[in-house]
Amino acid sequence: MDGLEQRIDGAVRGQSQPTVTILSSLLAVEDELRYIPREAVERVAEFTGATVNDVWAVASFYPNFRFRPPAARQVEVCWGASCHLMGAMGVVKAALEAAGLEGEGERADHRLSVRLNTCLGACAQAPVMAVDHHLVGRVSPDAAARRVSDLLGEDAAAAQGHTAGRFEDEVDAL
Amino acid sequence: MSPSFEQLEGEALRRRDGEAGRPWLRVGTALCGQAAGADAVVVALRDALESQEVDARLTEVGCLGLCYAEPLLDVQLPGGPRVFYGNFDPERAGEVVAGHVAGGQPVEALALGYLAPLDGLGDGSGGGGGGFVAPPGLRDLSLHPMRAWENRIALRNAGNIDPLDIYQYIASGGYRALNRALLEMTPGEALQQVNESGLRGRGGAAFPTATKWRFLAGNPSPEKYVLCNCEEGDPGAFNDKAILESDPHTLVEGVILAGYATGASRGYIFIRHGHDGPIERCRAAVGQAQELGLLGENILGSGFSFDVEVALTGDSYVAGEESALMEAIEGKRAMPRFRPPFPAQVGLFGKPTNINNVKTLAYVPEIVSKGGAWFAGIGHERSTGTAILCLSGALNYTGMMEVPLGVNLKDVLYDAAGGIRGGKKLKLLQTGGPLGGVLGADNVDVVLDFEVLRNAGAILGSGGIIAADEDTCVVDLTRSLVAFCQYESCGKCFPCRMGMSHLLEVLERICDLKGEPEDLDLMRSTGESMQAGSLCGHGQLGFNPVASALRYFPAEFEAHILEHRCPTGTCHGPRFSPARSRR
Ligand SMILES: Cc1cc2nc3c(=O)[nH]c(=O)nc-3n(C[C@H](O)[C@H](O)[C@H](O)COP(=O)(O)O)c2cc1C
Ligand code: FES
Repeated sequence: MDGLEQRIDGAVRGQSQPTVTILSSLLAVEDELRYIPREAVERVAEFTGATVNDVWAVASFYPNFRFRPPAARQVEVCWGASCHLMGAMGVVKAALEAAGLEGEGERADHRLSVRLNTCLGACAQAPVMAVDHHLVGRVSPDAAARRVSDLLGEDAAAAQGHTAGRFEDEVDAL
Repeated sequence: MSPSFEQLEGEALRRRDGEAGRPWLRVGTALCGQAAGADAVVVALRDALESQEVDARLTEVGCLGLCYAEPLLDVQLPGGPRVFYGNFDPERAGEVVAGHVAGGQPVEALALGYLAPLDGLGDGSGGGGGGFVAPPGLRDLSLHPMRAWENRIALRNAGNIDPLDIYQYIASGGYRALNRALLEMTPGEALQQVNESGLRGRGGAAFPTATKWRFLAGNPSPEKYVLCNCEEGDPGAFNDKAILESDPHTLVEGVILAGYATGASRGYIFIRHGHDGPIERCRAAVGQAQELGLLGENILGSGFSFDVEVALTGDSYVAGEESALMEAIEGKRAMPRFRPPFPAQVGLFGKPTNINNVKTLAYVPEIVSKGGAWFAGIGHERSTGTAILCLSGALNYTGMMEVPLGVNLKDVLYDAAGGIRGGKKLKLLQTGGPLGGVLGADNVDVVLDFEVLRNAGAILGSGGIIAADEDTCVVDLTRSLVAFCQYESCGKCFPCRMGMSHLLEVLERICDLKGEPEDLDLMRSTGESMQAGSLCGHGQLGFNPVASALRYFPAEFEAHILEHRCPTGTCHGPRFSPARSRR
C-alpha cells in the first residue's frame, strides 16, 4: 500500500464510535486528507460492504466533500441571513477580487480557495468569515481583502504538492 | 465498581475546595468568542501568568450570552466577585494579570462590570455567594439589560463552568436529577414530570414533548432510540451549539433522562461535521460520563443501562429534519422518509425512535429536579418555560439570552438588545430560521409565545431573531432566504426541488427590476403547490419567507415590479450564491 492508501485505511479503520457507516467513514477520510480521492471511495465501499455507487451517492450529496486536494489556504465567507443583512455580499466580493476569482472556487495555482458557507455559527459577530477554519467576526470588505492578500503574500511555496484532481469534474458532471 | 453518586459529589466538592484559594480566569471560547479572537486572549493570558509567575487557574468556558462584548474575560479572586473585561485586547493581558490577578485591583478602565459570585456549588470561591465586596466604580452586570430580563434554566451554567470538567457540573448540582429519577422515580413518574411541565419542542414545531415520549414509551420493543438533534442549520441560530460548547453535561443528562422515561436503550447526539468546538466538548462530556458510570451498564446501581454516541452529518440543512436525520445517522443521503410509519414505530435502523432538539432536552434535568409544576409556572399560557434567543443583525447588543416566554418581543429588542445600531429604525425581524418568516417592525409588540408568533406570520422556531434596519430591501432579503432554501433542498421530491428554483428565478427577476405584474400570483401558486405536495417541512414551509414578506411589505414588491425601482436602493449590490448545489 502506498502512503495515500495507508492513510485512507487508517482513517476508515480508526473510527472509534460504535456506529460505522458510509457517511461516517467518508467524514473520517475527510478529516484525515481534507478531500475524498477515488481510492477512498473504493476503500469505504469495501469496508462498509456497499457498492462504489452507494458511496458516490452519499459523497456527492454533501457539499462539504471535495474530490481533489484542497487549496493551500481556504477562505470561507458566510452568506447566511445574519451575515447577509450585515453586508456579507460586499465581503464576498472583496474576498473574491483579492483572490483573483470571479465566483466561488479555487485559484488555478491552488494557493487559495474562496467558498460560501451557509452559517459559520457566530451570527452575533456578523459578518463572519473563516480562514483555514478559524473564525473572524465583524469583518469589513477591506479587512477581508487584506486578509486574502496577506494569505497570498505569505507563502508562495505552499502551492507545491497540489496536483490537479481527476474527479472534481467527474462529480460536478453528475 | 462504578462510584455511587454520593462519592461523585464528594469528589466534586473536594476538587472545588482544592481550587478555592486560587484566582480564576475564565475566557469564553465558544464560536462567538473565537470569531472575536478569544484564542489569542487565552494565549496572551497564559504567557502573562507564566512570565509574571502568577499562580491562577485559566479556564476556557462557553458563552455567557454577551456575544457583542467578546472576547470576554472573567477574573475572580478568591471569595470575590467576578469582574468582566469585554472586547478584551490580548495586548492588555499583562496589565490585568499584574494589576488585578496579582495586585488585587480590577483595571477599572478596561472592565465591563461585575457579577456576584455564584451561590451555587459551582462557585470557585467555595460557595456562599453573599458577603462579597462589590468593586467600587464598576457596574453590576446583573442589571445589564441583556441579563436583567433573563431566567436561566437550560443556560444556568453557560459561561460559568468548565465544559470539559464533569466535576464542575456535578458541583453545580449536575446529575442530581438523574440520580433522583433513577433511584426514586419510575420511568412513568419521570415522564409525568415532563408532562406536567408543559414542555414543548424547541426544534421548530413546538410539539408537546411528553406526548412524543409516550409514543415511544408505549412501544414494547427492547431496542429503542432517543436522538438529540444538533444539526442547527438555521442561519442566525447558534444556541444549540452554544449549549454543547458551554454546558454539554446538561444535555447529556437530559438525553439519559429521556432514555429512562421512554425505556430507550441507546441515544445519539447528532451534530454537523465541521463545528469542532461543539463536537469536541460534547464527545468529551459523553466520554467522562461513561468513565464515571453515568452512562453504560447499570447506571448508578439502578439497573438501567443506556449509552450515548455522538454521530456526525455532512453539510445538509435538511439533515435536521427528523426522518432525514435518521437516514444520515444510517450513513445515507439526508433525504426525508415517507410517513407513516412514524419514527416512534419505525425509526432509526428500523427501531422505534424519538427525536428532540438540544434545547428541549437541556431543560429536562431542571424539570426533573424542580418538578414539572415549577416549569409550568414560568411562561405564558400553553408556552411554558423560557425561550433561548439568538439575537443578531442590526442590534446594539447581539448575543444569546434565555427569557421567560411571555416577555414582550419589543422589550427584548429595544431594552435587552439595546435597540437598533447607529440610531437607525427597525424595519423587520427574520425569526425562526429561513423557513420561518419576517415580521414587520410595526408588529413586534407581541409576547413571546408559540401561538402568538405563529398567528403573526413568523415563528419562534429555534430562537433565532435577526434584526434588519431601514436600509434593508425586503425583496433582496427574501431572495437571499429563498436562495438558501433552494440550495438546501435535498432534491428528493419535485415540488420542493422545482418550486424553490422557480421562486428564486422570479425573485431574482424582481430584484433586477424586471419583474412582471403576474409574478406575485405566480409565486403564490408555486407556494401552494410546494405546501401541498412536498414530502417534508422544507418544501411545505419553504414559501413562508415569501408569504410573510408579501404580507408585511406588499408595496415594496410592487415598487420593484410596477415602478421598476428599489425604494431602499440596496438590492442591486453584488449577488453571490454557492457554485455547487447538491443535485
Ligand atoms: C428542513 C428542516 C430542518 C430542520 N432542522 C432542525 C434542526 O436543525 N434542529 C432541530 O432541532 N430540529 C430541526 N427540524 C425539526 C425536526 O424535524 C424535529 O421536529 C425536531 O428536531 C423535534 O424536536 P423537538 O420536538 O424537541 O422540537 C427541522 C425540520 C425541517 C423540516
Ligand atoms: S449567519 Fe453568518 S455566521 Fe450564522
